[in-house]
Amino acid sequence: MESAIWLRDAVCCRGVFPALAGVDLDVATGEILLLRGPNGAGKTTLLRLLAGLVSLDDGRGTVLGCDLRSDRRALRPQVGLLGHELMLYEDLTVAENLRFFAALAGASGAEAQAALDRLEVASRLGDVPLRRLSAGQRKRVAAAALAVRRPRLWLLDEPHAGLDESGRGAVNRLVRDAAGRGATVVLASHEAPAAAEVATRTVHLVGGIIPGPAAAAAQQPVEMRDA
Amino acid sequence: MRDVLLVAGKDLRIELRSRVLLFQVAPFAVATLVLLGFALDADRSALRNFSPGLFWVAVLLTALLAAQRSVAIEHAGRAADALLLSATSPARIFAGKALALAAQLAVLEALLGVAMVVLYDARVDHFGLAVASASAATVGIAAAGTLYGVLAAPLGVRETLLPVLLLPVFAPVLIGATRAFGDALGTAAVNGWAWFGLLGLFALVYAIFGALAYGPLLEAET
Repeated sequence: MESAIWLRDAVCCRGVFPALAGVDLDVATGEILLLRGPNGAGKTTLLRLLAGLVSLDDGRGTVLGCDLRSDRRALRPQVGLLGHELMLYEDLTVAENLRFFAALAGASGAEAQAALDRLEVASRLGDVPLRRLSAGQRKRVAAAALAVRRPRLWLLDEPHAGLDESGRGAVNRLVRDAAGRGATVVLASHEAPAAAEVATRTVHLVGGIIPGPAAAAAQQPVEMRDA
Repeated sequence: MRDVLLVAGKDLRIELRSRVLLFQVAPFAVATLVLLGFALDADRSALRNFSPGLFWVAVLLTALLAAQRSVAIEHAGRAADALLLSATSPARIFAGKALALAAQLAVLEALLGVAMVVLYDARVDHFGLAVASASAATVGIAAAGTLYGVLAAPLGVRETLLPVLLLPVFAPVLIGATRAFGDALGTAAVNGWAWFGLLGLFALVYAIFGALAYGPLLEAET
């Protein structure tokens, strides 16, 4: 299967410290990869590297066929990132936020509404400024804003955090739909049960590296480990 | 152009909703004009003579606040990341944000113009020159403010650093706009259209430089 992500000895420094200290990673198109690891392991930096938002300091890598050193600008519009911060405008309403990002992506207002419906965001909240919503509702809106862009690579950083059971289910349905349409998904999550429901493979990141043969078992497909 | 208008419309909608321009920046602008009048402790004819310079000092101080706001909109919640991940080019984002900032400054300048007439007894002899030079100066201030705003954005000391960076950059605008307004208001015997030319050149240079540099600077912010 075609490789969506290919990293070799990827090093990425935040300040003087290497947040990623030589990561090797292959992810096939259509895979749903669960990225696990303790706080400070480099999960967020890895997702931002894959989004083309931070540069590669050493090593090599391509994402969706774009070189991480020279083609980051071409890569970014194909990637959707749901981070710890919502990347939305607090003073705009839910509908205004969705319409703005839909318009930038060339999507229609109807598609924006459909994305909100899929995330089960009540229609009465459309005219409410984002700052007045609860953390869980905001997260649903951020996921909808990501969905409306229809990215080829979904990068989700703790997508289940702060969500109730129905929210976690809505996010998982969104992830499955995306993978079903051929998108690749990488999700970093501490909510192991919720994330493992959709992941097809798990990788552990520890101290800025993905351990090699010793941790091979942890990198096996989820269904093989569960068997 | 569509993306430019989208970004500008988004910034203006946020400003309208937050009402920072109405309840904080506009009162600051008028208060600055009043305080400058008090500081000079002069009669009305002296204030009238100084009015072009006082007007543009008030505009530039106000522009610092507006530029800070423009940066803060994208910095909060890492919204700048979402713009970078969109299909639109950084040059269009720059143009949209500069357009929104220019629109806000135009409103503030109109308000300050009225205040200048009321408080300083200023009279406009050449309305066309006043409007043309104010337009050129506004575009230059908006372009420079947007560019230096994103330059200072990743730094923790943005609020204090941005004025230090911007005020020297604004110096040519202050000089040019004051001279052009001096001619337009009949307080200085200079060729105002020549100074308008300088303001136009400043605006052009910062518009081009900003469109080219905004992308790398926005990337550095992340």
